[in-house]
Amino acid sequence: MTFELSDRVRTVPPSGIRRFFEIAEERDEVISLGVGEPDFATPWAARDAAITSLEQGKTSYTANRGKRELREAIADYVADRFELGYDPDEEILVTAGASEAVDLAFRAFVDPGDTVAIAQPSYISYEPGVIFAGGEVLPVPTREEDDFRLTVEGLEAAGAADADMLVLCYPNNPTGAIMPAEDLEPVAEFAREHDLTVLSDEIYAELTYDGEHTSIASFEGMRERTIVFNGFSKAHAMTGLRLGYALGPADAIGAMNKIHQYTMLSAPTTAQHAALEALDSCANEVQEMVDQYDRRRQFVLSRFREIGLDVFEAKGAFYCFPEVPEGFTAEEFAEEVLREQGVAVVPGDVFGDGGEGHLRISYATGLEDLRKALNRIEAFVEEHV
Amino acid sequence: MSEREVLELLRENARYSAADIARMTDLEEAEVEATIEELEAAGVVRGYQAVVDWDKLEDERVRAEVELNVTLDRETGYDDIAERLARFPQVKALRLISGDYDFDMEVEGDSIREVSQFISEKVAPVPEITQTVTHYVMTSYKENGIELGDGEGDDRLSFSP
Repeated sequence: MTFELSDRVRTVPPSGIRRFFEIAEERDEVISLGVGEPDFATPWAARDAAITSLEQGKTSYTANRGKRELREAIADYVADRFELGYDPDEEILVTAGASEAVDLAFRAFVDPGDTVAIAQPSYISYEPGVIFAGGEVLPVPTREEDDFRLTVEGLEAAGAADADMLVLCYPNNPTGAIMPAEDLEPVAEFAREHDLTVLSDEIYAELTYDGEHTSIASFEGMRERTIVFNGFSKAHAMTGLRLGYALGPADAIGAMNKIHQYTMLSAPTTAQHAALEALDSCANEVQEMVDQYDRRRQFVLSRFREIGLDVFEAKGAFYCFPEVPEGFTAEEFAEEVLREQGVAVVPGDVFGDGGEGHLRISYATGLEDLRKALNRIEAFVEEHV
Repeated sequence: MSEREVLELLRENARYSAADIARMTDLEEAEVEATIEELEAAGVVRGYQAVVDWDKLEDERVRAEVELNVTLDRETGYDDIAERLARFPQVKALRLISGDYDFDMEVEGDSIREVSQFISEKVAPVPEITQTVTHYVMTSYKENGIELGDGEGDDRLSFSP
């Protein structure tokens, strides 16, 4: 028999990076700048806490919302770092990665036919998430001329005033753009004026290299309409431990928890122990990793300029977003540089409108490999451009 | 502050060129070159060496950590003894330390026989040295901050969202 797929699943195309993955598999010696995860190991203290919890047999479910101690630590952390105040009992939900939290939010707040505006280019899972929830996506392209920041003009031009929800991801995957407070304020005002619910994915907040990260939820009148996502994957190098969280008003978090408790029950217990320790004692390691990323960022930006490819001045996350030279689409460039030089990069258009003509380069890779990879890209450009 | 940054990067990898370091920092290439020259001239940077995993070579390389106890008199201080020992090319590192013994000495040679002979014939007879305890290195796991051996490769997905 064949399974009759649901319309929602059928509608979603396969991931745009899957084909590249297959090409990369055929080749030896590929240096990948296509990975969106840290090359550092989780700080030892956090790993040790996970091990100790296993030794002590702490392997049962936790409270649906997550261990209370962890929720308290998260509340302290976000208050301290981002001036966000959330009640650990009712306004914080610990999830299996920020991805689960995003999915819960779509399912909790999107009705069939609802329109979800997504600032693009951005992380590739939002759009399928909206479709799985039965909603419709409204792309809101951002432009390099605006430093890939979301503007009220952009929102208006895309028709976001009529949307039900707005999804933001800053610092941004894939561009590395950030939204400083002065640029975020008018967007917050737009959301209030047009009564938009805001989902703000701030998983890269710690990886802000120029200035401080500001959360849109910290503006007046925004806390009550915003869900903030964060987690331990990026800054704490804990991707495989799958631990994230959502912050929001009690009724919204309660609704997300309703789905969470019937599907995930609770986030992985071992990972919650690691996360608690990560917040308690790993700030220095996080800072060291951030410093390393910053050096790599400067190195990569500088090399792209030397190679002669225009590159956007990324100020957050661990990506940079150079333009492909004339005569190539992003996809052609990515495919040929992979086949000829064994360097894996991601074409920008897989991240949605506004990403065309660019490449996403991840610098979550050691400097030696970055240097080799950029030399190979230089050789490719010299030969073909 | 730039000195510190340059030093950290050189310690991470002495083969970074001045251009590489300039790319990673806010400094100009010429500024990096000048900083390195100054650090070398001031004796802060004393040399550049490769970190070698000898276990990967067929040639035998024997290393030993030697604990040394000494007695001092009015004429002879720690520095005098250290100066005498540090001259031997077999001595790769020498440190005065606190605790149960006085000096911690790293010795290298081509064979156990060579190292043993060096300790017994050159080191032990130094009049101020009262005791030597030699520990041969069996396996080295980390040198100069760099982990040795076969690290697992990067098994992350080549592409991820």
